[in-house]
Amino acid sequence: MVDMINSIKIKQAVTEYLGLVIALVCLIAVFSLLTKYFFSATTFITIANQIPSAVLIATGMTYILIIAEIDLSVGSVLGLCGAVVGTAIIKWNMPASVAICIAILAGALCGLFNGAISLKWKLPSFIVTLGMLEMARGGAHALSGSQTQYLGSKIDFVASASIYGLSLPFIIAIAIVIFAQFVLTKTVFGRYIIAIGTNEEAVRLSGINPKPIKLAVFVFCGLLVSLAAVIDTSRFQSANPNAGIGFELQAIAAAVIGGTSLMGGRGSVISTFLGVLIIAVLNSGLAALGLRDEIKRLITGAVIVAAVIVDYYRTRIKVNQK
Amino acid sequence: MNSDGILLKIEGVCKTYAVPVLTDISLEIKRGEIHSIVGENGAGKSTLCRIIAGLVKPNSGFMTLDGIGYNPESKRDAERHGIRIVMQELNVIPTLTIAENIFLTDLPNRFGYIDKPTLNERTQRLLEQIGMGDISPDTKVSELGLGKQQLVEIAGGLSKQCNLLILDEPTAALTEPEVKNLFRQIKKLKEAGTSIIYISHRLEEVMQVSDTITVLRDGKLIKTKPALEFTLDEMVRLMVGRELEVISHRKTASCNNLLMRVEDVSAPTGVKNVSFELMRGEVLGFAGLMGSGRTELMRAIFGADSKTSGRIFIKDLDNPILIKNPSDAVRNGIAMLPESRKEQGLFLPLSVRVNITINNLKKLCRMPAVIDNSIEVNESELWRKTLSIKSNSTEQKVLELSGGNQQKILLARWLFKDCDILIMDEPTRGIDVGAKFEIYKLIYELAERGKGIIFVSSDLKELMTVCDRIAVMSNGSLAGIFNIDNWSQDKIMSAALSGYLKGKNFSNG
Repeated sequence: MVDMINSIKIKQAVTEYLGLVIALVCLIAVFSLLTKYFFSATTFITIANQIPSAVLIATGMTYILIIAEIDLSVGSVLGLCGAVVGTAIIKWNMPASVAICIAILAGALCGLFNGAISLKWKLPSFIVTLGMLEMARGGAHALSGSQTQYLGSKIDFVASASIYGLSLPFIIAIAIVIFAQFVLTKTVFGRYIIAIGTNEEAVRLSGINPKPIKLAVFVFCGLLVSLAAVIDTSRFQSANPNAGIGFELQAIAAAVIGGTSLMGGRGSVISTFLGVLIIAVLNSGLAALGLRDEIKRLITGAVIVAAVIVDYYRTRIKVNQK
Repeated sequence: MNSDGILLKIEGVCKTYAVPVLTDISLEIKRGEIHSIVGENGAGKSTLCRIIAGLVKPNSGFMTLDGIGYNPESKRDAERHGIRIVMQELNVIPTLTIAENIFLTDLPNRFGYIDKPTLNERTQRLLEQIGMGDISPDTKVSELGLGKQQLVEIAGGLSKQCNLLILDEPTAALTEPEVKNLFRQIKKLKEAGTSIIYISHRLEEVMQVSDTITVLRDGKLIKTKPALEFTLDEMVRLMVGRELEVISHRKTASCNNLLMRVEDVSAPTGVKNVSFELMRGEVLGFAGLMGSGRTELMRAIFGADSKTSGRIFIKDLDNPILIKNPSDAVRNGIAMLPESRKEQGLFLPLSVRVNITINNLKKLCRMPAVIDNSIEVNESELWRKTLSIKSNSTEQKVLELSGGNQQKILLARWLFKDCDILIMDEPTRGIDVGAKFEIYKLIYELAERGKGIIFVSSDLKELMTVCDRIAVMSNGSLAGIFNIDNWSQDKIMSAALSGYLKGKNFSNG
């Protein structure tokens, strides 16, 4: 019996990822054929170095979307956490490790604020996190005096470290994806958040209090954003108070391309990871084609819309296969 | 006042959903009469009205209006024929003004620009008719109380010239003076030649206002005659039905071991000072009309809604337990199958397995917080077999299953949780007979194992089959608890209606 059920589950998982993997392979193939230099180790190393922060944020966003909420503040919170790192090192003369800890704390607090306010007063997270988007950006500018703070070698140990040729941020991102996917699919907590996103009232009437679970998801997202901030600060060796503008939309796009439902209850961290990869490959592929930035954005946007339409048909076919 | 002219003639109307709801209804509505329709929950009153108002199509039968065939395609079509309905559920848009609500489909305008003076003037006239002349047409509906909102709906019904106005339980939320005012208005309409179909549980009201009364029972027309020839007793008897079937009741276990005591529970949802006791091994039924507060009482006990007062004792009969939310209730061994399983119980797009195990996940962990796959599959498969839930496997999505199987999944969830007290709110609504009997059997088994079961149902026969005692709710209060030796359909029905009578009693045959 267990074997039979397991084979059903494996089949479900394969069909879930297969489409995304095929899309990714096709993209790589198309760009490799169209341009001379795309299919090379350099391209993939560049992509691997670029995506860790996007992967972390999109992972947090996936969790948030699964519980049928949204977090628009991730980009600003990334800016704020970066500013905290920069300010702590430059103005407060703290060691980088302490600065990183404070930044992570700041990210968690932002998540806590988002969750606590929207849960306490039953406010839509859209509005609360929109407020946080402004507040965190304001905080980032206030802390840094609206200046980009150059940190140089004080912080670059995070991004420059590598194991077997893989950068530490990339390894962290992959580890977080695996961890988050494990929690989502194998643990009690993951089951609860999927159930909450599907039918919160049913969860409540089953005798499970959904509020602490939802709060934890907001905090988890804030934590991941702060981690992304540390990685980006280290990679650029500087803290820019304008860092992360528009990241919330990229994260939502990646999750949605990966098939996460904006209505909650459905999503996968692995799929989101594939979504981030698709956007990254698309970006560098279009750049390799020599297209101007505005054209790149036009195409990327169209791909996002197309992905949602494909997903619509995919879920509809499943429903019809009674 | 009656003329002999017949306005609406209904002949042989039948309507079947899963089961027959209306069978062979023939009825004549005279011009300028107030014709009330009474019957128990589910007797088919609302369905009949919906057919007349064009909201539902009958399976067979036909209607004539003024001697011409009448077969409305939609509510709008019915309105074009001069037939309007004011429904039980509020249909107002709270963010719009009274005037905008009443004339929503027909706003006076010039090139799309709303002609406010005309609109307000027309509304003012209507509001005066229903005794709300002191309220400005510009008031937002959300600022009105429930009763006044209902009156706005009724004003909407009056807003256009109509030949037949259907009022489906319009007085449920109204205060005494508002009801009086409404009656005055209805009588005025009648004098102007409008026919009115009136539905209400408040039999006294019905007798007071009607010219003709029709009694429906189980989708059949039992009797139509002038209101003056009816007595309250007769009406109740006809509503319930005289032919007492032989009821195969289960053997009542001697249950005198107290399991739960509920004292003085009141809730803002309309529950007023309810106290009762539940014994070990007992099935306690809760009867009552729609809106009598049964569901609200259960939700208050379970912590799904807040309470304004009330104490609940389980095990320790000296110290009450505190139930502030459903998780408190579950921790104290109370389970509840909610009234609407799809909205409040199930995770429709998720699998049978996930639906069964959701509040028992800790039992499935070998490592802390990590669900053990094979334990979960085996457990859910076990419950699927035990309750003979018909699905491809434990991985099938719940939305693909029938109502009966969905209900069994919820039952499985709580059986797995193994609570001492199981509250079931309409567990057999909308499910087929076979599944019903399987659920009864399960209830018996649970009772035999010493669990206490609270069984809420609108089906009196079902309650009399399954329960040891039946508590009857009426208008938010507990109207009485009957034992198997002293219950009858008449008595229970009388008790269910008692809260809506104003201190008067009538014998119960």
